[in-house]
Amino acid sequence: MQNNNNNNNDIKIRVKDMNFYYGKVNALKNLNLDFKSKFVTAIIGPSGCGKSTFLRTLNRMHELYPDQRVEGEALLDGRNIFEMDAMELRSRIGMVFQRPNPFSKSIFENVAFGPRIRGERNHSRLSEIVEDSLRKAGLWDEVKDKIKESAYALSGGQQQRLCIARALAVHPDVLLFDEPTSALDPIATAKIEELIVQLKKIVTVIIVTHNMQQAARISDNTVFMMLGEIIETGPTDKIFTAPKEKLTEDYITGRFG
Amino acid sequence: MTNGFLKNLFKRPVDSTMVILTFLATLIIVAILTVILTTITISGAPHLSWDFIIKAPEEGMTEGGIFPAIVGTTMLVITMSILGLPIGLITAVFLHEYAGEKSRLANIVRFAVNNLAGVPAIVYGIFGLSFFVFFVGAQIDNAFYSGSLKWGKPALIWASCTMALLTLPVVIVSVEEALRTVTQDEREAAYALGATHWEVVYKVVIPRAFSGILTGGILAVSRGAGEVAPVLFTGAAYFLPELPSSFADQFMEMGYHIFVMSTQSHDVDATKPIQFATTLVLLLLTFSLNFVAVLMRRRIRISRR
Repeated sequence: MQNNNNNNNDIKIRVKDMNFYYGKVNALKNLNLDFKSKFVTAIIGPSGCGKSTFLRTLNRMHELYPDQRVEGEALLDGRNIFEMDAMELRSRIGMVFQRPNPFSKSIFENVAFGPRIRGERNHSRLSEIVEDSLRKAGLWDEVKDKIKESAYALSGGQQQRLCIARALAVHPDVLLFDEPTSALDPIATAKIEELIVQLKKIVTVIIVTHNMQQAARISDNTVFMMLGEIIETGPTDKIFTAPKEKLTEDYITGRFG
Repeated sequence: MTNGFLKNLFKRPVDSTMVILTFLATLIIVAILTVILTTITISGAPHLSWDFIIKAPEEGMTEGGIFPAIVGTTMLVITMSILGLPIGLITAVFLHEYAGEKSRLANIVRFAVNNLAGVPAIVYGIFGLSFFVFFVGAQIDNAFYSGSLKWGKPALIWASCTMALLTLPVVIVSVEEALRTVTQDEREAAYALGATHWEVVYKVVIPRAFSGILTGGILAVSRGAGEVAPVLFTGAAYFLPELPSSFADQFMEMGYHIFVMSTQSHDVDATKPIQFATTLVLLLLTFSLNFVAVLMRRRIRISRR
């Protein structure tokens, strides 16, 4: 997927001197990084390198936990996300989690949740948003006849695409994926990967993955992290064929991980 | 208790002894329950009739029915639920969703709640009498009825308040338990869509835990419905042929009625069949509440799969 006919080289998120602390432990160290608009950027690295932690700071999920703290800046279109209203920020930077986590509501209500809390009450407007979001997530044809049924009736892969549709329903600029296929079988994984490649037409995608082949298949840029630091960033084909750093090479050739 | 067990009986004597002991202990519990239920059913069922349900006690409680006691108990249960359940629910939501597991304040409140749960019911009764009846009730009379006795005496409302206090710890503990079953994943999903703390609680956590909350509420109510001590001084009447017409009235209560018949009646032996029949009705009432709770719990388990 390196054939970038994507000429839009705008910076969507610029991370400046970011540090992250779990209590006193410095888990992310002086991160500086640009995420390009309408790109798929993959963050890879060994377990515990801080890649998920980093992802979660970008929509401030860490603020739900009292002893987690961020220093530094992350600019979304030039505005510091740590100074924005958290609720507004999270509707612009959506997130899809490791395990599918639909609400115990109907498929319709799952997707309508975001628009509803943003004040949309008109049912026909909501129906439009729901259909549109489910289409974008490639799920509409599979669920259009059982839209009122519980989301738990869906398979794991369908649930994960439902979660993507739910995130798309508030029209975010950026979608964060935290190892979205680690709980899925290969076929469901392939569908999610295809979908992510499709999604970069409409959103900027940042995906954390422990699966290097996945990063190679779907991302435009790759970030390699280790022990809370960014070791190397660059176009995915460069990182995987001609890494500059010895550590990167060792990791992608499987010498540790 | 299969062949495998017999084979191992002598190979692992300690293991086998423990299995037998635990089995015997379980057997004893089941046996006791069976004996209680059989005795009450055998002695009470013959006297059970439609008249018994819809008539007031007659002839010094040796004849007639228990209609006022059934109505009184029902009114008590409903009123105490309306008073106690919302407070318990809100407290539990505060403890679990706002204060959090590790908060100091929450742990102090939890400690208090757990201790309250261990306070004997009669203590609630005395507290209800001195606080609700003699203090709150008397203050209302002084303020609005120029001192004439209206609220400053045992009444349905004060008995309900006392009973609500008694069930409060049970409600809080079981609602918190229900909230604990909602996974952090679901909360995060809602936050990630831009929901506020309150929206997460109100639109995700409470709906998800709803059956569990209801189950806890019912169990608490059914515990209260069987208690006598809290209403002894706060509102239950020895004998009232008429139904309460206001919250300031006294009422008959089934548990208290059984107590009265077996200790205060002029002919205790003559009231025996009625005692057992009343006990049977009371048991059926609390059992059916528990049964509804069990059904709901099962429904949650199925929907979790």
